[in-house]
Amino acid sequence: MTAASNPFFPSSSRRGPGAARGVVSSNDPPLAARRRALALLAGSLGLLLVRPARATPEELAKVLRELFGDNPVTTGKVKLELPKLAENGAVVPVTVVVDSPMSEQDHVKSVHLFAEKNPQPRIVDVYLTPYSGRARVASRIRIADSQHILAVAALSDGSLWSTAVQVEITVAGCGL
Amino acid sequence: MSWLANPRVRVPERAKRGEVFEIRAMVDHPMESGFRLDNVGKPITRNIVQSFTCTYDGHEVFRAVLHPAVSTNPYFLFYAVASNSGELHFDWTDDQGDSVKHVARIEVEG
Repeated sequence: MTAASNPFFPSSSRRGPGAARGVVSSNDPPLAARRRALALLAGSLGLLLVRPARATPEELAKVLRELFGDNPVTTGKVKLELPKLAENGAVVPVTVVVDSPMSEQDHVKSVHLFAEKNPQPRIVDVYLTPYSGRARVASRIRIADSQHILAVAALSDGSLWSTAVQVEITVAGCGL
Repeated sequence: MSWLANPRVRVPERAKRGEVFEIRAMVDHPMESGFRLDNVGKPITRNIVQSFTCTYDGHEVFRAVLHPAVSTNPYFLFYAVASNSGELHFDWTDDQGDSVKHVARIEVEG
């Protein structure tokens, strides 16, 4: 789904998706919330060049600014594997894979995971070197609520790449 | 008393030179987030594993900075390039400054 072809987030038309289907009016609050959620989804998944700082709540935006400054974050290169539906938010398996040769000249320096709806947005930061050989990391994390999980990878050339994945949680992460 | 205990590490016994091998590491730790309350409503002091590192053949191959959103008994899977026979050093440190270390050996052939 790209921003240009996204029927839920028209830039010129004032008609909402519900109005288009004749179901509910476009200024219906739940629909507005849904539209915001979809805008967030489009912002984090669809656009070629995104600043996740813009599409996410304030605290996460602040953390991202602290970590990456004003450097642009591009969607791509990062693959985030999470269960679509996790029964227990206290232990959610996660795997991050970054498309990188992991050579001296071109390698992943760090991978950062964020959860916008956790009490603290940062989950874990991992640092890799060319001696790591492969840019694949797995762990187990706590997720407080159904939400997007964001992964950002910093490469040795200074570029930043990201992806976001939606996770549904049945029982919230213990102690979070 | 330290909350860190029982480090478990899985490293292959041998590997070919240049091969990328898988490492799994886990340690016992409650990862107390600092967001929970005790039975009289007082916040329980945060104590999590703050950092985990793995070095091999004089190089850092993996380092993690953990936050309260990492699960109890933190687990990591990662990789390293087989360069020379030797030891892999694993080190976990928590908020109280306690640490636990573990050493694994790998034989590199060819």
